[in-house]
Amino acid sequence: MAEHADNSPRPATGPGALMRYFLGKSVLFNIAAALVALQAVVALCAPLLAPYDPLYQDILQRMKGPSAAHWLGTDQFGRDVLARIIYGLRASLGISASAVVLALLVGGTLGLAAAYYRGIVDRIIMRVMDVFFAFPVMLLAIGVIATLGPGALSTAIAIAIVYSPIFARLLRGPALVIVESDYVTAARSIGASDARIIFLHMLPNLASVVVVQFSLLLSSAILVEASLSFLGLGTQPPVPSLGMMLSEGRAFLFLSPWAAVFSGLAILIVAFGLNLFGDALRDDLDPRLRQAPS
Amino acid sequence: MIKMLRRRLVDLAVVLFGVSILTFAFIRLIPGDAVAIMLGANAEVTPERIEAVRERLGLHLPFYQQYFVWLRDVFTGDFGVSIWTGRPVIEEIAGHVWPTLQLTVLALALAVVLAIPLGILMAQLRGRRAEAFVQAASVIGLTVPPFWLGILMILCLSMVAPHLQLLGYVPFSKDPLGNIARLLLPAIAVSLPILANLARLLRSTLLEAMQQDYIRTARAKGVSRRGLLYRHALRNALIPFVTSVGIMAGYLLGGAIVIEQVFAIPGLGRLILGAIAERNYPLLQATILLVTLSFVLVNLIVDLLYAVIDPRAAK
Repeated sequence: MAEHADNSPRPATGPGALMRYFLGKSVLFNIAAALVALQAVVALCAPLLAPYDPLYQDILQRMKGPSAAHWLGTDQFGRDVLARIIYGLRASLGISASAVVLALLVGGTLGLAAAYYRGIVDRIIMRVMDVFFAFPVMLLAIGVIATLGPGALSTAIAIAIVYSPIFARLLRGPALVIVESDYVTAARSIGASDARIIFLHMLPNLASVVVVQFSLLLSSAILVEASLSFLGLGTQPPVPSLGMMLSEGRAFLFLSPWAAVFSGLAILIVAFGLNLFGDALRDDLDPRLRQAPS
Repeated sequence: MIKMLRRRLVDLAVVLFGVSILTFAFIRLIPGDAVAIMLGANAEVTPERIEAVRERLGLHLPFYQQYFVWLRDVFTGDFGVSIWTGRPVIEEIAGHVWPTLQLTVLALALAVVLAIPLGILMAQLRGRRAEAFVQAASVIGLTVPPFWLGILMILCLSMVAPHLQLLGYVPFSKDPLGNIARLLLPAIAVSLPILANLARLLRSTLLEAMQQDYIRTARAKGVSRRGLLYRHALRNALIPFVTSVGIMAGYLLGGAIVIEQVFAIPGLGRLILGAIAERNYPLLQATILLVTLSFVLVNLIVDLLYAVIDPRAAK
């Protein structure tokens, strides 16, 4: 296939194409992607990676600094900090990711419906969203948790409620443009149902917006989840969560700062990776700013 | 301007109506008998006592009547009484609002004052090698948990200067210097994400402004690069910046609630967490309502300011 010139678009399949895709991106993009992949692996393979049972208490080894046996030291009950961080990360990511997925389903559907039906439906949906927007994020989340009772599930629901209006607003704007496009008119003319048009024709064209926002919102959801469990409103002990480890470690800060320092660092790394990834992805998908004269 | 003001006020009324319904529904949405939950496993809980509290909270009335009674009370400044102390909740809130307000204002001022030079600097690094580093650093600023930063600051400072009093709160009227000194660390901690956010916003709006036609015109007239950036682009880039400051106030408040726990500041955060722990729902309800109300008002003021700065928005 000598006539197959190098610059002609080839179908992007196979590991070679994937590698070329990443090699074409900036260093920052690759660092971010690697961080996100690492988090996913740690969260999914927590039982394989954790060196100890995160609940196992070795009373003789309480509040020790980093050592060969306990890489990140031990906490006030002699539990291994690294194992607890690995499981805590799994819990934090699990709660935050399910919350953002739920927010995307509810908020995204509302935003698309508002754009598709317009008129009174649009006005009612967006006004209700405005009401939710009026509350400061943490306050609304705390209110929801106060109603449902503290716990992991309440935290996920609270974050989902707080983030649904964001997805609704974000998707409504571009969806209003898409509704006007020829392919939506075409789909309508051959008798496609509303749901079919919204989910099979409009949603795929909003994929880039969704992916970027999902990553950015997941990053801030991690921080909200950590704040809530730091306040004692999220995951309940003894199940490890990063925010709670930080708050427990605070009580023993001057005896042994390791649990507090490392669990906070873990929160930062997770949120940082996701945010950087969303950011890099946005720059990649939205080339407008790259053309700026230097 | 008048037309815009009227439209904004109508919007505001609708939103506030929604907020009031949601906050009102809050106690009623608690599964089970809210009153029994509120009184908890207290030995003195008798059916009579429950009935008395239900009566006091107006829970024996139909739902919509309860709402109007509650709304009427709110309008007359009666936010109910605390379940445990029997004091009006408004007094308890007033006793806790100052530290939080001071912390929020101080943090917002820090963020705004530092974000402008930082944003300009970041815009000037466009296309340079350092850009990627600054971008990554700004994302760290954006995602660093303020409560962790606060703990690290306490840890480091207590090693360097163990005699320094870092925790707690003293009223400004009693000890102005001590008041500012103790609020400074928590304010820095909560302002960092806001600072990063505002600086990044200013950077991107500046870069966007630099692509506009009026910049090309100014450049054609021979305006220097500095002149372009400071005199022409910055003025326009500051407009979205101002709107963001209002939104950031809400985020700051969330951060303040958490950081208060770290620095042992007796503000709204402690009040709210105490209310949740004691199941003091009327207190929680009133706090959420009042804070949200002030948040909405701050954003209205910012919107109006925006219209003053940029007459195009007033149409």
